[in-house]
Amino acid sequence: MDTAGLRDLGEHVATSLSDYVFAAEVTRDELTVDARADQVVRVLKFLKDDPRCRFEQLTDLCGVDYPERDPRFDVVYHLLSLSHNCRLRLKVGVNEDQPVPSATEIYPSAGWWERETWDLYGIYFAGNPDLRRLLTDYGFDGHPLRKDFPLTGYVELRYDSEQKRVVYEPVKLTQEFRRFDFLSPWEGASYPLPGDEKADEAGEDGRES
Amino acid sequence: MSERQIRNMTVNFGPQHPAAHGVLRLVLEMDGEVVERADPHIGLLHRGTEKLIEYKTYLQAVPYFDRLDYVAPMNQEHAYALAVEALLGLEIPRRAQYIRVLYSEISRIANHLMNICTMALDVGAMTPFFWGFEERELTMEFYERASGSRLHAAYFRPGGVAYDLAPELLSDIGAWNEKFPKVIDDIENVLTENRIFKQRTVDIGILSPQEAFDWGLTGPVLRGSGVSWDLRRNQPYEVYSELDFGVPVGSNGDCYERYLVRMEEMRQCVKIIAQCLEKIPEGPVKVQDNKITPPARAEMKESMEALIHHFKLYTEGYHVPAGEAYRAVEAPKGEFGVYLVADGTNRPYRCKIRAPGFAHLQVLDHMSKGHMLADTVANLASMDIVFGEIDR
Repeated sequence: MDTAGLRDLGEHVATSLSDYVFAAEVTRDELTVDARADQVVRVLKFLKDDPRCRFEQLTDLCGVDYPERDPRFDVVYHLLSLSHNCRLRLKVGVNEDQPVPSATEIYPSAGWWERETWDLYGIYFAGNPDLRRLLTDYGFDGHPLRKDFPLTGYVELRYDSEQKRVVYEPVKLTQEFRRFDFLSPWEGASYPLPGDEKADEAGEDGRES
Repeated sequence: MSERQIRNMTVNFGPQHPAAHGVLRLVLEMDGEVVERADPHIGLLHRGTEKLIEYKTYLQAVPYFDRLDYVAPMNQEHAYALAVEALLGLEIPRRAQYIRVLYSEISRIANHLMNICTMALDVGAMTPFFWGFEERELTMEFYERASGSRLHAAYFRPGGVAYDLAPELLSDIGAWNEKFPKVIDDIENVLTENRIFKQRTVDIGILSPQEAFDWGLTGPVLRGSGVSWDLRRNQPYEVYSELDFGVPVGSNGDCYERYLVRMEEMRQCVKIIAQCLEKIPEGPVKVQDNKITPPARAEMKESMEALIHHFKLYTEGYHVPAGEAYRAVEAPKGEFGVYLVADGTNRPYRCKIRAPGFAHLQVLDHMSKGHMLADTVANLASMDIVFGEIDR
């Protein structure tokens, strides 16, 4: 479907569901629809059953974390219509403590993707029949894809030959984790070398003259 | 005789089992020999790829895609490259597009050989495995000659492909491509009308088109259920719209038809490869913008500007304008998609990998219910499961 067709479709969705849909935009030949999180099931049902939409497949479901934003998370649904040969992205914003109604009733395939999103982001899906952790280890603590979860994690595994089993231990780094700031290579960034702070102190004392 | 309490038996299948196709732990609730519930436990190969990509520049993220579906690595890179190019608004040169299509199809053959032969192995046929893997080794050799490595190619990069192909390589691919249908015939001779193979696969794990939609199934599994849907034809990318190929479709949606669809797809791959070799034009293989692709090594010896470009590209990388894009390719296993969220820096803000195998494995419980334990193995094999992409 071309850009004009997608725009028409977006308008159709936005007008038909004006109470639940905030916006429908077309960027780079992709239609994005923003909707209310608590009504997501109703929106999905419309998108699946409406003759102009007919989105038969839920291709993907995932979370995105924006720690500074309110609501903090986006839950992103990618839908595919085989009869109209087009795609649609549905986004709903949710906070940590706010459950999202599960889409499993409409798209059974949502089950595992919701499990995964729960596992990695801690977004709760109300009504999912089997909301266990999916990708992380049994008994894992935390939601690793959140932006405030460190890349190195908190624990590491090793085989303990005395206990004859695998044990978790707090993570030990031989070298400090480095992350370079490429956004401001000349201005703004400050990488003081150890010992440099003494020079500044000397300057403040007025001894450099 | 007093009433007896009968409890279902629970079988722990895997994670170390040759028919589990990797590290799948499958908890099966059995009523005698019949499966009541199949509960796949995945994540044993979870490496946090999506998290790692958030900490890498756009170029550094490419090799992670080889490690997803390691049976057909270049198709994964392809989806990522398309997504980055969509955000950057890049149009890659024609020769690069042909090379990408050529190698996508070689990967498809490599993948289908792996799948068909291991599926045959799982249901008791050993011979195709040897024949298929011999050919697979040759496709890996083409990988090596193009990119320098057999598996982890990192060859399709945003902006084109990493290196140009030598004319001898193209003629060698052509020579192999002419001989390869003989191998498909051989495998077909042993399997397609084989009584045991048919007993193990025909009418096993039937999926209707509606079920295929509901469970998000794509690729040969969807086509096996009788839905004529192929992203290469329906939403063409690169030069697929100019190539002539058929999309095989099944009717019954059982394991046997999924096998047949894959067999026919290999023949179509041969056709596409032949057309690519014939039509491939001369010219550059990457975008001529040194902010995105590195300058030639020889140029760097003389030009200060080229040297600076090279340095900046491999340290800072390029900044991608803020926005989001979802791009999908028809990977051998189904629709492989990459959803990229860019925030204007040199690193992806979020990179979600949509793996076809993830949806396929999810349906295993649904399709194995009421089947025998041995059929679960056939079902699993026919879904083309590779754990690199499922666990990510």
